[in-house]
Amino acid sequence: MFNLLLVGFIASAAAPFLYKPFRNYFGWISASFPLYLFISFLSRYREIAGGRVIRESVSWFPSLGINLTFLLDGLSLTFVLIITLIGTVVFLYAGAYMKGHAHTDRFYLYIGLFMTSMVGLVLCDNMIALFVFWELTSVTSYLLIGFNHHLETSRKAALQALLVTGGGGLALLAGLLLLAGISQSFEISSLYHLHAVVIQSPVYAGIVILVLIGAFSKSAQFPFHFWLPNAMEAPTPVSAYLHSATMVKAGIYLIARLNHILGGTALWQDTLVVIGTLTMLTGAILAFTQMDLKKLLAYSTLSVLGTLTLLLGIGSRLAIKAFFIYLVAHSLYKGTLFLVAGTLDHETGTRDVALLGGLKRKLPLTMLTAALASFSMMGIIPLVGFIGKETVYASILELQTWGPFLLAAAVVANGLIVMVTMLVGFKPFWGSAQATPKPPHEAPLKMWLGPALLAILGLLMGLCPNALIGGLLDRSALSILSEEMGLVIKLWHGFNFVLLLSLVTLLLGFLFYALRGKYLPAAQKVQLSPIAKPSAWYEAGLNGMLSLAGLQTRILQNGYLRYYIITILVTTMALALYPLFGAGTPAVHWADFSITLYEAAILLVMAISTFMVITSDSRLKAIVAIGVVGFMMGINFIIHSAPDLALTTFAIETLTVILFVLVLYKLPKFIRLSGTANRVRDALIATAVGVFMTLMVLHVTAGDLASELKTYFAANSLPLGKGRNVVNVILVDFRAIDTLGEITVLAVAAIGVFALLKLRLDRKEK
Amino acid sequence: MKLLLALMVGLLYGAGTYLILRRSLVKVIFGLIFLGHAANLLIFTMGRLTKSAPAFIPPGAQALSEPYADPLPQALILTAIVIGFGVQAFAIVLFRRAYKLVGTDDLDKMRSTDTLKQVPF
Amino acid sequence: MFSIILSTASKYLLPLLLIFSFFLLLRGHNEPGGGFVGGLVAAAAYALYFIANGVEEAKKLLKAEPIKIIAAGLLVALVSTLPALLAGRDFMSGLWLEPQFPVIGKVGTPLLFDAGVFLLVLGIAVKIIFSLAEEDKR
Repeated sequence: MFNLLLVGFIASAAAPFLYKPFRNYFGWISASFPLYLFISFLSRYREIAGGRVIRESVSWFPSLGINLTFLLDGLSLTFVLIITLIGTVVFLYAGAYMKGHAHTDRFYLYIGLFMTSMVGLVLCDNMIALFVFWELTSVTSYLLIGFNHHLETSRKAALQALLVTGGGGLALLAGLLLLAGISQSFEISSLYHLHAVVIQSPVYAGIVILVLIGAFSKSAQFPFHFWLPNAMEAPTPVSAYLHSATMVKAGIYLIARLNHILGGTALWQDTLVVIGTLTMLTGAILAFTQMDLKKLLAYSTLSVLGTLTLLLGIGSRLAIKAFFIYLVAHSLYKGTLFLVAGTLDHETGTRDVALLGGLKRKLPLTMLTAALASFSMMGIIPLVGFIGKETVYASILELQTWGPFLLAAAVVANGLIVMVTMLVGFKPFWGSAQATPKPPHEAPLKMWLGPALLAILGLLMGLCPNALIGGLLDRSALSILSEEMGLVIKLWHGFNFVLLLSLVTLLLGFLFYALRGKYLPAAQKVQLSPIAKPSAWYEAGLNGMLSLAGLQTRILQNGYLRYYIITILVTTMALALYPLFGAGTPAVHWADFSITLYEAAILLVMAISTFMVITSDSRLKAIVAIGVVGFMMGINFIIHSAPDLALTTFAIETLTVILFVLVLYKLPKFIRLSGTANRVRDALIATAVGVFMTLMVLHVTAGDLASELKTYFAANSLPLGKGRNVVNVILVDFRAIDTLGEITVLAVAAIGVFALLKLRLDRKEK
Repeated sequence: MKLLLALMVGLLYGAGTYLILRRSLVKVIFGLIFLGHAANLLIFTMGRLTKSAPAFIPPGAQALSEPYADPLPQALILTAIVIGFGVQAFAIVLFRRAYKLVGTDDLDKMRSTDTLKQVPF
Repeated sequence: MFSIILSTASKYLLPLLLIFSFFLLLRGHNEPGGGFVGGLVAAAAYALYFIANGVEEAKKLLKAEPIKIIAAGLLVALVSTLPALLAGRDFMSGLWLEPQFPVIGKVGTPLLFDAGVFLLVLGIAVKIIFSLAEEDKR
């Protein structure tokens, strides 16, 4: 599996270079890659359905417990097959859809990276690796939403999606780290038997909240739902792929994957039920006023994502079965309908549902595909969508307490989805023909083949569900609930209450469709107050951050060097004040005062010279005094057994004085620039810094220094380093790599000097 | 001596801080030099003081025997001195260039030189 | 500020100081000295010559461009790391030749490395001093 991912990343990176020479066939060429992945994973179907779990691990940071561990079980195989199958269709479709776009090469790079990351995400067993892939999908999603970066709306939507999912990603990381803290391992599978420990843990609630924030933001659950409709700025193949079939299901996948570690508590299940229901209703209701084909589909996707979360929240066997079937069915029909919407846009030049009509003769194949997918979306027998909806209703009916309310919510939401289907799948093709911006004609092969295949697959799955996906259902349910269930999918359950509900849903949908025309103007006028709109919270948060950053910049980045320095110094001292005083007064012994005459002389000369530099008005005097300070430093080194330092200091001081003398007569005269008040303030700060450093030295040197390094160097200098000057041996042998770094820095400084002077010469030459 | 050297570290840091807060760029460079000295003396003092026992292995011996000065801080300071020289030299050249270009060494007057349209020579 | 005494003295001092700087470099492994000090002393020697005779003369005497000396120093230091890599040892571990050479003493990669440091420090100090001096003339 690691090799497949590696190939995926390499192939994606190569795509932009291959695009130019093969641009006419690139749809086919690029689609062969996801198809290859699809087939190689499909070949594992029988094995996995038979109950095998394939594990594979590649060391990454073994010392940190971070490895690329991949796990192929029923749940991950289901997702991988969906990702690669829809990937094949989308890659092929994009070959025609993106034709003529200036940056198609880049498009394939991004979408290839996305697909590989998404496959990695659902295969990963290691939390850290999973998080990395998770973020990779967010980043590629950002790049794809903002693909038409010349449009401001695109850029804004991309940023919004990135901030929302990225912020959620951080919460997820925190949650996963807390979880890993319990098991002392980053492998998700190692947590399976720790369920009892995890839910007893004091941080359990924190883990659940953080993980769910991550999952909800990714899967556009309420209140993070607003980024998904905005993400429709992306090219349509992207919307079909990322924002309906795959990426937005990553959060759902994570919830399903962790269900059997974190689930089973009221907190987990109830949160999922409440948020799922809210999302289901929000998406469906907001869809009512939409006019854009893609927005209509996006809101209905929201509703479906909510339903999936709700099903995980119910968590019964039947609900998990419904989850599985609905997941597969939705990926098939929604992917198809998005692509159909893209085709309509591409062939007519508009996505406005009011402007489309009567296209059935012009786009017959697209019309058939759309109809087939629409039947599935509406839940009409014998398509797989029908089974999905039936099982959803059946699992809600099982509930005791929440049952009636949830059932009503689900029926209304699905009724609205039926309305959306009428608008997207039928209205553009039937009724009276209307003038469109472009004269309509049938889409090219690349654009109808894939969607048609997906739609037909939806039909086949409805007709013989057990043969096609039955094997994976049981295995997936095992991954989610950790119990064997022996589930069987049936198309026809007989005339029962659930079937009646399906009929009611359809009728309700037709009713909504009929009423829509009348109530649309009124509904569009409804303005929610900003408090009720999460997108307004996002805007307010973003603006708040910007103004905070502005304020901070104005205060801290004021353009005066001395204020920067004062800020840094005062902050540092304030932070260090507590530990310094907490340590008590440093012990000072009389021995510390013992001093010989020449030592006193050196220090006295040093102190006087220092004050001379500060107070002198004469430039020459100041420079000489600086030199004197340096030479006194050198003598001090000699006294304290550091001849190498003394030699170096003397040489350096000589050169420094020469440098200053060279620039001396170009120096401006020293004049008082700052006022007395400033001087007093600076003197106070300087005194504080001085006192602070003195105290620190006294504290640090209070005890004895037991340095292992000292004895190591002393013992090994001659045997290992072949030198008797230990300081030099450290510099050129033990720590030679530091010295190498240091001389590189020096060389860079020299290049800086060179560049400064070169600049001048060039100006001069002009 | 230790106490007095600790006071000297404080004095050098104080002087360096005071000078680096000045408006005149020359004094800022002086301040940098002082801070360099201060840091070197700080590391040196923290490595404990040893008199007349440099870290040289005497002929005939295979290793150092107590007492001897800790060679590690010395090695650190040696590189710090040379790096400090590089920084000083660069600062001096930069100062020369800046002074020639804007005609002042007052940092406050240099604040708006980023937007200087015309180079004055 | 041309001085005949200084000028004459510097002509004799320069070789002496350079020999001293090599001496510092070579004995640095066993006694006070080393590449840093050696390079600085050598730079001081050229600085003295420049003060006495002017930058043009000093440059003529140096022959090579300071920036090339810097590059050479960095290169020598890097080359000194190669034998250890080729011998399959850890990066930058010191390798020494067995026989003792007259004057130079023991020869090994650390000495080569120190020689690189010597050249680099010399190059940088000379480069900066000469640049400032040339600035003045304009």
